[in-house]
Amino acid sequence: MQIISNSLRIDYMRFKNAAVGLSVAWLLVAAAAIAIRGLNFGIDFTGGTLIEVGYQNDVQLESVRGALQGAGFGSAAVQRFGTLRDVLIRLPVATDAAEGDNTRVSNEVFAALSKAADGKVELRRVEFVGPQVGDELAEDGALAVLVALIAILMYVAMRFEWRFAVGAVVALAHDVLFTVGLFALLQIEFDLPVLAAVLAVIGYSLNDTIVIFDRVRENFRKMRKGTPDEIVNISVNQTMSRTIMTSGTTLIVLLALFFLGGENVHGFSLALIVGVVVGTYSTIYVASAVALWLGVSKADLMPVKKEGLVDDRP
Amino acid sequence: MLNQYPLWKNVLVALVLLIGLLYALPNLYSQDPVIEVTGTRGEQVGETLQQNIVAALERAQVPVKSTELKADRLQIRFNEPQDQLAGQDVVAKALPPAFTHALTLSPDVPGWLTAIGGKPMNLGLDLRGGIHVLIDVDMEAAIAKAVERDAGNIRTTLRNEKIRYVTVKESGNGIDVRLKDAATRDQTEKVLGGEFRELTVSTSDQDGDFYVRLSMPPDQERAVKKLALEQNITTLRNRVNALGVAEPVIQQQGERRIVVELPGVQDPGKVKDLLGATATLEYRLADTDLGAAAEAERSGRVPPGLALYRERNGRPILLKRQVIVTGDEMTSASSGFDQQSGQPAVIVNLDSKGARRMRNVTTENVGKPMAVVFKEKRTVGRDSEGKPIREWVEEVINVATIREPFGRRFQTTGLDNPQEAHQLALLLRAGALAAPIDIVEERTIGPSLGQDNIDQGIVSVVVGMLAVVVVMAVYYKVFGLVANLALVANLVLIVALLSMLQATLTVPGIAGIVLTVGMAVDANVLIYERIREELAVGSTPQASIHAGYERAFSSILDANVTTLIAAVVLFSIGSGPVRGFAVTLAIGIITSMFTALLGTRAVINMVYGRKRIAKLAI
Repeated sequence: MQIISNSLRIDYMRFKNAAVGLSVAWLLVAAAAIAIRGLNFGIDFTGGTLIEVGYQNDVQLESVRGALQGAGFGSAAVQRFGTLRDVLIRLPVATDAAEGDNTRVSNEVFAALSKAADGKVELRRVEFVGPQVGDELAEDGALAVLVALIAILMYVAMRFEWRFAVGAVVALAHDVLFTVGLFALLQIEFDLPVLAAVLAVIGYSLNDTIVIFDRVRENFRKMRKGTPDEIVNISVNQTMSRTIMTSGTTLIVLLALFFLGGENVHGFSLALIVGVVVGTYSTIYVASAVALWLGVSKADLMPVKKEGLVDDRP
Repeated sequence: MLNQYPLWKNVLVALVLLIGLLYALPNLYSQDPVIEVTGTRGEQVGETLQQNIVAALERAQVPVKSTELKADRLQIRFNEPQDQLAGQDVVAKALPPAFTHALTLSPDVPGWLTAIGGKPMNLGLDLRGGIHVLIDVDMEAAIAKAVERDAGNIRTTLRNEKIRYVTVKESGNGIDVRLKDAATRDQTEKVLGGEFRELTVSTSDQDGDFYVRLSMPPDQERAVKKLALEQNITTLRNRVNALGVAEPVIQQQGERRIVVELPGVQDPGKVKDLLGATATLEYRLADTDLGAAAEAERSGRVPPGLALYRERNGRPILLKRQVIVTGDEMTSASSGFDQQSGQPAVIVNLDSKGARRMRNVTTENVGKPMAVVFKEKRTVGRDSEGKPIREWVEEVINVATIREPFGRRFQTTGLDNPQEAHQLALLLRAGALAAPIDIVEERTIGPSLGQDNIDQGIVSVVVGMLAVVVVMAVYYKVFGLVANLALVANLVLIVALLSMLQATLTVPGIAGIVLTVGMAVDANVLIYERIREELAVGSTPQASIHAGYERAFSSILDANVTTLIAAVVLFSIGSGPVRGFAVTLAIGIITSMFTALLGTRAVINMVYGRKRIAKLAI
């Protein structure tokens, strides 16, 4: 069976400029969303307390809020978590002693809820992150993204050529900004697993980019005729079947994770789903387009002659 | 001849798969809820104990799967976690005091597998339930405490050497000694310089006063911090052991943090109270003149050598500054009741140094009052950066007249209730924290959520994988089936490697495995697409297979190396959950390279190699 023939000759590069325009427009929206709305950071980064409780019966959020209010936790945010029985409660970091010791907050909250529900409630999860730890995680996360990009830039520059490396990294930055921007726009919670997903997106998108670059390099060396645009086009066409298969299988498992993996991995799988789709797109229209735009040419990709071997015969 | 593997390659593939299967096997055995009974203070578990407990469980009608007497522990296996919880109460009541019990999970792995080192994966707390706490050690306080101790020693040394000083004052990471004249200053410099070799000694003159400053050099500061961290880890370990938790993890993270992970703990409130507690006792001589205490409180002027304290009922009392013994010198402590008054009491044993000092002091002071100070560091607020502000809360819980000299063993009353006595005894036994701690991160997962996470994880891996398997088989026919074999082998190898490394599987880790399953087929897709291309340009089937594997290799290598770079960066910079994801991702990349390149080639060669074929099912 075959979905797309390798011998198809679709002129992908013809839409290059339109696609770049679209990307730039979207990235502006993403940047604006991040700047104006900001990311809805989870407690992993802001610090605070998160408590998940499971009731034996369906529960009204109002009654949960009432019980919390009564116990002096008026600042708590209450929301459903997956089912009508599971409730998520968030509390900001207590800054003065009157609000109690942060590590005791969860005990007191649960005691209050348990009393209000006659013990028909179960403590499912508590997460408390102190403000210093939150800041450190945010810094470490940003650093991780940066270091990963630099390491990858170096590897690709070494294996291919600097124009490809720049193209690959621009595409990765595009994917990261796109995904993070979507989270900011929709105000979906951005927590540690989502950050891990963003880094995985870098890995995946790069994987995709490298495969096409590899083919571009091969075709540059093999083909005598053809402009760089044409050669990139041929390469994209040749690898399209593979691109669809790999992205498809990856998306299948991610969808399985999204729908069956539980609430806890929702953000994580969503970030990856977005990232895989965007990563596939950016390979063609960002990575390749940037490399072409920087003027990648046949001569740049010819195997380097080893100097020592050239002229030591008499 | 094309497409024929040398024997060693086939053997290698088979061998790796066999070892993988063997070490992945322990994960198939169910994890039984277990109560583990161990003896303390040299007591050994024996058959009588086993029979008693089994009998007690039978009487309470708690179903037991099996009991097993091991070298130093008794394991009671249950079929259901509810039975384990019900059994806990029964076992707790039936156990003599010298034994402790802990709840745990233990796989029912046969002996021969255990013998070759086969163990199931460690399940993370998010999968099995439990509490994870990240503790920050207050290093500034550790330094201050060391400086305080040095200052005390300097005073003693100067007194012993009969050097008259004006003041000995702690400031920052050092101590300033103020002296009257240059001659004394020089003498002091010489004496203290000889005595306190680990400190840097400097002198200065200001406004007609002469100073000697002893300060901590950077390497000494580091040593103090390291020691504080190590002591805190030891103390926390003792405290956790007293809780009866099986397989606790207590380890250093970074320069000032300690991670405590307690699987299966049900009551996070109790754990946090116990970990952070700083309560200890101090014994001091009290001033007999009660009027002087009231006077000192009114005027705010305390006579030299004395300090103003309060009793629990609020009455002021003056105590000698010098401490006879502290909690550090106690070797054991237990709670009980005073035989005469029936009050809750703590019975304390001192080490030889403390006992000698206590005997000397009590011998010299028969008929005089001695006070017991209950010290506890409490958080009273937070500063602008969110760091806790702590203060010592000191209360005199007991003032009693020394009737006769005593030394090693004695008891203290004056505590509010038996629980307080019990808690205090536990803390004294475990030792004091060398520096105050602050819980900066807590993650508690209830047992039901853990089970849900496991179930959802398994379901998503299985469903995702089945879908991929179907797609591959339909799309690539025979070659797709071979790729599917590789996919399954890959999963087995990931599980085997995680088990061998005893890495911890977490929810993000499962997500990493799911992602690897999706990406692992990429290598095969690349190869198969190449084979199709070769066939399309008219190469023979054998040549196409050969060229497909050969040409796709560089793409596969580059793609995997770059993903591996991302995984390594994630691992080295990320913490907890991110690391779990990075580990499975990295392992998955490596195993998928093996199965997708070597594994599938071996099978393809067996199917198509060494014969003339007209057509490939691809």
